[in-house]
Amino acid sequence: MRRTYVQTTLNGEVIDFLCEPRQSLLEVLRDELGLTGTKEGCNNGNCGACSVLIDDRVVNSCCVLGVEAEGSEITTIEGVAEGERLHPLQQAFLEEAALQCGVCTPGFIVAAKALLDSEPRPDEARVRHWLAGNLCRCTGYDKIVRAVLKASEMEEVSV
Amino acid sequence: MKQIEYLAPASLGEVYAALQNGKTSAFLAGGTDIIVQLREGRKQVDQLIDVKHIPDLMRYGWTGDGGLEIGASVPFAEIYEDAEIARRLPCVIDCAMLVGGIQIQSRACFGGNIGNSGPAADTVPALIALGATLTLGSRDGTRDLPLEEFFTGPGQNVLAPGEVIVKVNIPPQPANSGAFFHRFIPRNEMDIAVVNVGARLDLDAARERIEGARVSVGAVAPTPLFVAAAGEALAGQAPTAEAFAQAADIAADAATPITDMRGSIAQRVHLTRVLTIRALQQALERAREAQES
Repeated sequence: MRRTYVQTTLNGEVIDFLCEPRQSLLEVLRDELGLTGTKEGCNNGNCGACSVLIDDRVVNSCCVLGVEAEGSEITTIEGVAEGERLHPLQQAFLEEAALQCGVCTPGFIVAAKALLDSEPRPDEARVRHWLAGNLCRCTGYDKIVRAVLKASEMEEVSV
Repeated sequence: MKQIEYLAPASLGEVYAALQNGKTSAFLAGGTDIIVQLREGRKQVDQLIDVKHIPDLMRYGWTGDGGLEIGASVPFAEIYEDAEIARRLPCVIDCAMLVGGIQIQSRACFGGNIGNSGPAADTVPALIALGATLTLGSRDGTRDLPLEEFFTGPGQNVLAPGEVIVKVNIPPQPANSGAFFHRFIPRNEMDIAVVNVGARLDLDAARERIEGARVSVGAVAPTPLFVAAAGEALAGQAPTAEAFAQAADIAADAATPITDMRGSIAQRVHLTRVLTIRALQQALERAREAQES
């Protein structure tokens, strides 16, 4: 099958890649671009482990084709920190021990970033509702919710 | 996933041309159903037609007479973030904000939920209650039909080869009217309906009588059901618990559910009754609020 040329902005940099139309954005990120921070969980749109931002909205990258990324702006977990400086969400996840096996963590952080970017001070119910599309089988969610609320109180997010 | 071709037409004319090129096609809007179906081998087509680059399918807006038109591919999140829709047609928000989780709502759309034609599709009972019609387009022009006439079975509908869903049309609602969509799932979010119900109540100007009502139930038959008889039973009555219970009995009688992993026949019939009553009660509250504002 002919590969398609796609140009997109990925974590702030204009990049291009070739992919087959059948390849999901998740496959392109991991297999073509070497960005393995985004995880494959269920690969059918239920678990949120593959969450990325497209044009500031959080989506499951397993349910997006790589060719659909043409002309869009994508943020993955690799684009969340600023150089060596962790994003408040990353810092809070460490401080609150909001992960165990870690497979769901990139998806949770990317999804939570989308929430805090649009609503800097969500309450607990809002956080739990927003993160309903992200599944974690280790933590029981409490520590994750606590970490997101803690991050929301850190100064860097309240811009 | 098997090899597939990807087309991204920029106009409806290009879509119609692609539908005539001799290849089997599926539409790609939010991708949250079709990509999974293709990957899991539940569907096979030669080409995917991306319908997100067509201006007619990506816009929504109010008509001159107060109706709302929603392009088939507009993501749910765009709809439920619109404060005016929330104020004027809250029933649209009821359904749009509980299809999947946030990740799904960023991409999934009314055209996809309707076109996929699942018996439990959450937007459908809400839209049927609101009296919505669909505009289907083809090379020969467009045709409109009531939403309840679109579905023929699980995953089956009257969309002809060469046709595409262009938009959903929600007509202007009666003055003293309110509508509500209710769903039962075992969790708080992120599940497929065991039963879902949409209901609209139209009160008379004195707020004492029901002039008309529309009830639609999902996940209890091969297609979403429009239970016209339930609405007819309510017409002319006072909006009392007894009247709602009578309409709910009619809805429960119309239900012909199956037993599956989400619920039994008995539970679904019971839920049809309970959710119909509750949806009517909430619709009544909204009808009264609409009068006061």
